Amino acid sequence: MSPSPFVFPCGARLVNIETRMKSLPVDRARALAAFRLGDASFYWLTRICALVVLCILGGIILSLMIGAWPAIQTFGFDFLVTRRWAPQLEPTPVLGALGPIYGTLVTSALAMLVAVPVGIGIAIFLSELCPPALRRPVGIAIELLAGIPSIIYGMWGFFVLAPFMTDHVQPLFIDLFDGVPVLGAIFAGPPSYLSLFNASLVLAIMVLPFITAISRDVFMSVPPMLKESAYGLGCTTWEVVRNVVIPYTRTGVIGGIMLALGRALGETMAVTFIIGNSFQISGSIFAPGTTISAAIASEFAEASGVHQSALILLGLLLFVLTFIVLASARLMLARLERKAGA
Amino acid sequence: MMSLYATRRRRDVIIRVLCVAAAGFGLMWLTLILFTLLWNGLAGLHLSVFTQMTPPPGSKTGGLANAIVGSLVMTVIGVGIGAPLGLFAGTYLAEYGRHEKLSFYVRFINDILLSAPSIVIGLFIYSAVVVPMGGFSALAGSLALAVIVTPVVVRTTEDMLRLVPDQVREAAAALGLPRSLVIRRIAYRAARTGLITGILLATARVAGETAPLLFTALSNQFWSLSLSQPMANLPVTINNFVQSPYEYWRQLAWTGALLITLAVLALNIVARLLGAERKTK
Repeated sequence: MSPSPFVFPCGARLVNIETRMKSLPVDRARALAAFRLGDASFYWLTRICALVVLCILGGIILSLMIGAWPAIQTFGFDFLVTRRWAPQLEPTPVLGALGPIYGTLVTSALAMLVAVPVGIGIAIFLSELCPPALRRPVGIAIELLAGIPSIIYGMWGFFVLAPFMTDHVQPLFIDLFDGVPVLGAIFAGPPSYLSLFNASLVLAIMVLPFITAISRDVFMSVPPMLKESAYGLGCTTWEVVRNVVIPYTRTGVIGGIMLALGRALGETMAVTFIIGNSFQISGSIFAPGTTISAAIASEFAEASGVHQSALILLGLLLFVLTFIVLASARLMLARLERKAGA
Repeated sequence: MMSLYATRRRRDVIIRVLCVAAAGFGLMWLTLILFTLLWNGLAGLHLSVFTQMTPPPGSKTGGLANAIVGSLVMTVIGVGIGAPLGLFAGTYLAEYGRHEKLSFYVRFINDILLSAPSIVIGLFIYSAVVVPMGGFSALAGSLALAVIVTPVVVRTTEDMLRLVPDQVREAAAALGLPRSLVIRRIAYRAARTGLITGILLATARVAGETAPLLFTALSNQFWSLSLSQPMANLPVTINNFVQSPYEYWRQLAWTGALLITLAVLALNIVARLLGAERKTK
C-alpha cells in the first residue's frame, strides 16, 4: 500500500466540541444528541438525493408517456410502420415514425462504420505505436475534443464539411457505383448539401473521440506481461494486438462502441442543420432525410395537439432505443470491471 | 519459411501505417474544426459583442451581451441545483449504501442518464415544467441543465470518494467522530480537488448544451433577467443565427461558437490541471 496522498484535516471546531464534552456532562449529552440528529439528517439527505436520481428517470418515462398518450391513442401501432408525415392534414393529421426511425438508424450505422475502425486505429496508435512523448498531448487533444459542444460540430458541418463533401466527394461515389446493382441505388445522385451522408460524417467525427478514449483506456489495462510474452514468442505488433490485446479487451471495446452508438442515436445539434428534415425515405444516402431528434428539434416549438404528442412519442421511442443500447453497454463494461477486479 | 516471415512483416507494416493514418485522419478533422472556428470567430470578435444586444433581422450592428449573460445565469443556476443534488447522491453511493441493492439500481440508472439524449431531457422538462407553468422560462432551461449536471456529478463524486482510503475513515471513527462528520470533514476534504473537478467538468458539459434549451428557455432577443420569462442564451442564439440569410447573424453565430468553445476548453483544462495537481501531491 503506497502512502496516502491525502492531507488529514483537523477541524478546529471539532477540538472545541471534544473539550466541551469532557468538561460538562450536560453539554456532553446535548452534544451527543446533536451528533445523532446530524447523523440521521445527513444520512436521509444523501439517501433522498440518491432516490431523486431514480425519480428523474421515472419522471422522464412518465412525462413522455403522458405526453405521448394522445398520439398512441390516435395512431396506435401504425405509427411505427407509416411512412407519411402530414401534420397539416385535415381533419386528422397522418403521422408515421418510419422516416425518422429510418434516418436515425441509417445515420448512426454509417457513422459507426466510419468511426469504429478509425477510433480503434487511433487507440492502437496511442497505446502501442506512439512515441511516449507524443502519447499525452495526443491523448489530451482527443479528450478535449470530446468536450466540444455538439452545436459546434453541427455548425462546422453546415458551413465547411457539407459543401466540400457535396462538391468533391459525393460525385466520386456516384460515378464509381453508377450502374452497379444494389450499390448504385445506395449511392444514387444527385449530390446534395442536405443529406444523410453528410450528417453521418459529422456524427462520425463527433463520436470518434468517445470511441478512441474508451478503447485506449481498455487497451492500456492489458497487463504488460501478457504483451511482453507474446513479443517474446516473436509476434509482430499487429499479431500482439490481434491475438492478445483485442481478445483481452473485447467486452470493453464493444461497451465503448455501444456508448458511442447511444450518443450517435440521440445526437441532435450535430445533425439538425445538414440532414434536411425530409420525412421521405429514399434508398440513396445522398438524399435528405431526418432523424428522430432532428425532427423534434425542428418541429416541436411550432407543433400543437396531436402533432406535438406524436413528437413526444418519437422522443419516447428514442429514449427506449438509447436505453436498450446504453444499458447493454453498461452491463458489458461492468462485466469487464468485475473481471479486472477479480 | 522466409516468405512466411516476410508476409507477417508486411502485414504488420500495413497495419501500423493504417493506424498512423487513422490518427492523422482523426486529428486532421479535429484541428480543422478548431482552425475554422478560430478563423471565422476571431473575425467578428469586437468589444461590441460583449456590450450590445442581439440584433434584429438585417441589422449590421449588435452583439451577444444578453445571450452571454443569459447563458451564464442559466448555467450557474443549473449547476447550483444539479451539483449539490449530485454531490449528496454520490455521497450516498460511496459512503452509506456501498453494498446496498438500492445503490446498484441508482448507479445503473445514473449511468443511463449520463448518456441519455439531451433532447429527451428537454421534452421531459417541457412536459413537467413548461406546460404546468404556462410558458417558456429561464427557470425551465436551468432545470433542464440541472438534470444533465446531476448524473455527471454523481459519477465523479462516487469515484472520488472511493479513492479516499478506508483507513482514514476508520481512524476518524476510532476517535469517536460520528459518521456524518467523518464524511463531511474527513472524506470531503480529502477528495476536495476531485469533487471540484467533477463539478467543473459538469459545468463544461452543460455550457454548450443546445437541444434541452430549444423548447424550455427558448431564447429572447432582448435583455431579460427574469427567471419566469424566456431568456436569451448563446447556444440557441447560435442555432437561430446559423441558418439565417443575414451575413451579420452568421458572423455573430461564429463568434458565439468561438466563445462557447473557449469557455468549455478553459473549464476542461482547469479541471485537468486540478486533477494533475492532486496526483503529484
